[in-house]
Amino acid sequence: MNPILTVQNLIVRRGGVTVLDINELKVETSRILALIGPNGAGKSTLLLTMAGLLKPSGGMIHYQGMPIDSSASRSNMRRSVCVVFQEPLLLNTTVYKNVALGLKFRHLTGSEIERSVKESLDYFGISFLAKRSAKTLSGGESKRVSLARAFALKPQLILLDEAFNSLDPPTRETLIDDLRHILQETKISAVLALHDREETLRLAQDVAVMAEGRIIQSGTTAQIFNKPDSEFVANFVGTETILEGTVENSNAGLLGISVAGKIIEAVGNYLPGQNVYCCLRPENITVSAVIPEKISARNVFEAKIQKIIRQAFFYKMILDCGFPMVAYITVSSCEDLGLCEGSMVAVSFKATAVHVMRREK
Amino acid sequence: MELIVQGIIKAFELIISFDAEVMGITWLSLKISGTATFISLFFGVSIGAGVALTDFPGKRIVISLINTGMGLPPVVVGLFVTIMIWRSGPLGFLEILYTPYAMIIAQAIIATPIVMGISLASIQSLPANLRLQILSLGASRLQMAWILIKESKLPLLAAVMAGFGGVISEVGASIMVGGNIKGYSRVLTTATVMETGRGNFDIAIALGIILLIVAFLVNLLLTQVQQRQRLR
Repeated sequence: MNPILTVQNLIVRRGGVTVLDINELKVETSRILALIGPNGAGKSTLLLTMAGLLKPSGGMIHYQGMPIDSSASRSNMRRSVCVVFQEPLLLNTTVYKNVALGLKFRHLTGSEIERSVKESLDYFGISFLAKRSAKTLSGGESKRVSLARAFALKPQLILLDEAFNSLDPPTRETLIDDLRHILQETKISAVLALHDREETLRLAQDVAVMAEGRIIQSGTTAQIFNKPDSEFVANFVGTETILEGTVENSNAGLLGISVAGKIIEAVGNYLPGQNVYCCLRPENITVSAVIPEKISARNVFEAKIQKIIRQAFFYKMILDCGFPMVAYITVSSCEDLGLCEGSMVAVSFKATAVHVMRREK
Repeated sequence: MELIVQGIIKAFELIISFDAEVMGITWLSLKISGTATFISLFFGVSIGAGVALTDFPGKRIVISLINTGMGLPPVVVGLFVTIMIWRSGPLGFLEILYTPYAMIIAQAIIATPIVMGISLASIQSLPANLRLQILSLGASRLQMAWILIKESKLPLLAAVMAGFGGVISEVGASIMVGGNIKGYSRVLTTATVMETGRGNFDIAIALGIILLIVAFLVNLLLTQVQQRQRLR
């Protein structure tokens, strides 16, 4: 499928300073791309430029194959691309009128507007708020209204800027689940500016890591999290092991998950055939010089040490078990076992140490 | 002291008896200042919003000029309008000097920068991204400006109050361009000046009290609307 939006050699300058310099970025149709990076990386500026709200100083944006190079083309693109800002930005009127706003700009009939508003309010589970004043809503409710307002337009592409910021954890959790569900159901292409790796893992299929106005690395979520190609990306996404797998069997809560042709045992409530992520914290991995016998850990694999990186008080080991894995080991353990890059070792971890997450793609 | 007490008693007599001349002057004041405020709203809000929503070189200078205009001396406006509509002036052919129309023009010129300055400040005080959010929902620039003006209606009502308060109480320009002609261009302020000059303090006090009551009632009405909006 063709990308819905492509960015090439994009330059944005403000006050003589280059704030955005993007060689290439593609937003694939019906996929979710996360822009991640520290504050000031240029994520919001890139979103605004992609939405046609900010005129680039140079480069080219193509939307659905058409160049976006004039006020008319930007204005035209805005009819099927919608941005949802970090702050809800609701008007001082009822929830219903807020959600109907963009539909009114499109001169739809009253009944069409009513149908779309109701559908969108239902999607986000806020139909009961329709007559409430937007000023009286909680943070989570306001965020849902602002999302419902954008989705009511049935855009081809939606751009969300830090959608879950400043929400309390339970509200954030349910909103992430609902948004993921809605994006999957509607098949709307989406670009999400995020700074939380868990949000990224739960929502995005593709990731672009940004820093200082540039894209440092882009690829699928698994590629970025498992094969960061620079220290910056590795540090930013963390180095926990995140593996894509499929549940092979499930027996009384003990799962057999197929990962790169091997079976990882984990605990969880998933059905055979379901796609999952297996997440492992590096401190939960035990490294042995030989394969241990009579051990309670359900998972034991042979591995090759690819890299040993000195941290403040321990070593970080990048291991290859047929799938990538990261483990922490104390300096003394490493010396006692005489480990070095290239050594063959055994890694073990308990089934309960594997954090299994649903992977809906 | 007796002078003041007598003046107040006479004033209330004139008000309670609905004195035809006093009522006529009051009604004309309301019509002229109301019309001038309405005209100033049209120009003040549209230009204020336009300046707030567009970026152009010298914008700060323009904003400074508007803010300076908020304190425009009425006599200067009176002088300017008089010269413009003087028989041999550029707009002399209109023949409106010493008519209520000239007073409306002068008062609208006084009120417009007040409305413009408050509109500009209120639209600029809206969240920076609201403009982009509305555009992103598919609004044209005109639709976006209209939504932002509606969002600023609380401070805009303050602009109406300030504009109306400014012109109903001004005397310099009105007397210069209106001429204070009895039954034709005599308004509360110009009549108060004239009666004070003649030593008719009772009538002058009556007119002064009516001016205060009118200003209070109009502001009371607008405040009610404003506070109801705030609570919505």
